[in-house]
Amino acid sequence: MAGHISPKSTYYAIFGALMVLTAVTVGVAFINLGALNFPVAMAVAVTKATLVILFFMHVKYSSKLTKFIVLMAFFFLFILFGMTLTDYLSRGWYASPRGSVGAGTQVEAEHPVRQQPAATAEQAH
Amino acid sequence: MSTTAAAASPVTYLNEKTTVASWLLTKDHKRIGLMYMLTVTLAFVVGAVFAGLIRLELATPAGDLLSSDTYNRVFTAHGVAMVFFVLIPVVPAVLGNFVLPLMLGAKDVAFPKLNLLSWYVFILGMTVTFSAIVMGGVDTGWTFYPPFSTEGSDSNVMLAGVGIFITGFSSILTGLNFMVTIHRMRAPGLTWFRLPLFVWALYATSLIQVLGTPVVAITVLMVALERFAHLGFFDPRLGGDPVLFQHLFWFYSHPAVYIMILPPMGAISEVIACFSRKNIFGYSFVAFSSMAIAVFGFLVWAHHIFVAGISPYSAMVFSFLTYAVAVPSAVKTFNWTATLYRGAIWMRAPMIWVFGFLGLFLVGGLTGLFTASLGIDIHIHDTYFVVAHFHYIMVGGAIMGYFAGLHFWWPKMTGRMYNDTAAKTSAVLVFVGFNLTFFPQFILGYLGMPRRYHMYPPEFQVLNVMSTGGAAILAVGYLLPMIYLTYSFFKGEQAGSNPWMATGLEWTTQSPPLPHNFADQPVVTEGAYEYSKREMKVA
Ligand SMILES: [Cu+2]
Repeated sequence: MAGHISPKSTYYAIFGALMVLTAVTVGVAFINLGALNFPVAMAVAVTKATLVILFFMHVKYSSKLTKFIVLMAFFFLFILFGMTLTDYLSRGWYASPRGSVGAGTQVEAEHPVRQQPAATAEQAH
Repeated sequence: MSTTAAAASPVTYLNEKTTVASWLLTKDHKRIGLMYMLTVTLAFVVGAVFAGLIRLELATPAGDLLSSDTYNRVFTAHGVAMVFFVLIPVVPAVLGNFVLPLMLGAKDVAFPKLNLLSWYVFILGMTVTFSAIVMGGVDTGWTFYPPFSTEGSDSNVMLAGVGIFITGFSSILTGLNFMVTIHRMRAPGLTWFRLPLFVWALYATSLIQVLGTPVVAITVLMVALERFAHLGFFDPRLGGDPVLFQHLFWFYSHPAVYIMILPPMGAISEVIACFSRKNIFGYSFVAFSSMAIAVFGFLVWAHHIFVAGISPYSAMVFSFLTYAVAVPSAVKTFNWTATLYRGAIWMRAPMIWVFGFLGLFLVGGLTGLFTASLGIDIHIHDTYFVVAHFHYIMVGGAIMGYFAGLHFWWPKMTGRMYNDTAAKTSAVLVFVGFNLTFFPQFILGYLGMPRRYHMYPPEFQVLNVMSTGGAAILAVGYLLPMIYLTYSFFKGEQAGSNPWMATGLEWTTQSPPLPHNFADQPVVTEGAYEYSKREMKVA
């Protein structure tokens, strides 16, 4: 259906790149990069996804409208992550009133709410 | 024109072929629309029976009719059947499928086979989900919150989840199909700003279906993985966070409310313009408000989880955005009202359903602002106030809008008229029954009656009995259309191609339409609602 036909060599090259990147993902998993663990893994994954979208899914050769729709999907992904992070990143910004244990306060041991589910779960088993 | 159909019954999409196989293998959007109508009506009956059980149980303060556990399963079945199998598909898949290609002057949707596939996927998803209900049910509520859904519940959570996962793909396929259809299949001269507002509404809805549904599908899958493989997305002991589920779930399920309400809003625009004999007031504002709702509707989801432990900062952001998303809805409501102003209002049945819609949607929308405000939400969260609010939107708004559109397009779909008085009676019964059912629930919720319990203190009984009585009236209001529309389908008088003297390409072809809609390719030369140029000739 689509107008553009890529040479087979392109597909093999992309496939090769994806395989190499998969090896990188696996390799990196054995090395502890500390805080960089997550960013590196994500960077490799995003590169792979980009290759698939651009070449295997032919977006590189598609109309502006198709490209726009693809970008739209990423925009909504950004909303999903970004707006969820408004919660996670801001937990603990405000102390809860009257010493209650509420949103985002980091009380580990004496946390009454956190301990309860563990206890009930044990009863259930 | 007025004598359209020659006496020797013309070929229509209904009588071209009549074998069962010709229906089950059809690629005709009109037949698929009718098949969706039957399926959705079946799901509606199932959901309504469970609603009846809930209301019967709540007629008395004691939990005497159903056990607590059964009650949990009953309200879950009601919610699952109504949300996923009625409200989401009812307008896009039934009315949208039928009229979208006709409105565009096209032969069919862009991908007719995909359209049929979406119906089969829907049937498969419905079969799986309903079998979960038949085999003992699910007790998590339609929201499937962990940790109860991942480790507490021993009911058929997974089977229902798989069913909903499958059904989601039907919704995605319909949305994708409609988007491509609207981009690629418009008749010559049918520019974006000549499109009927129903088409704009369907476009906005498709956007939500395509972009939102995968998220809920993945979320349900994550519940499955946590249930079986203990992958710790939501369990704090495994490093997860139960609130994460609520974020992901409502990222789809709030916009899903707009999947339910946007298409009926589009139908309302069509009917209001036709029965006021006027161009819609502020066409482009109404069109863009649909798009604004589709986009901004994705920015408000956490208003469902203000009390679940999200940060106060996040709650403030989402509260503010929720107020903001009320603006485009208000734009529509004001513009509809302005369209009525100095219009030649024609009180036929579809218009009565529209008036019902306007009243109920107004109450539903404004009480949404109560629940969006952080302080009041703490008081009314998980009470009957919220139950009343969303029923005003989803039943009062979406179902009233569906009936408005159904009564408007029925003569086109079947070629026959229905009894106008019966239809008006039904609209009035639904309006009265609905208010009697759900208005008391606002008061109950404000007084503190929580949702999802089958017992309550005796002082709440009067309001609950009112609610149950209202539900009985509502049931009659919904049964009536099944009777007079069925009668109309077989015996109603011939409608002719354009009984409402409406604008729009769908009214330029015969009723019921030809198998491929139009004898000649229509060409569009003017906007969608040029009623001022038409003479009102009541036949
Ligand atoms: Cu919401």
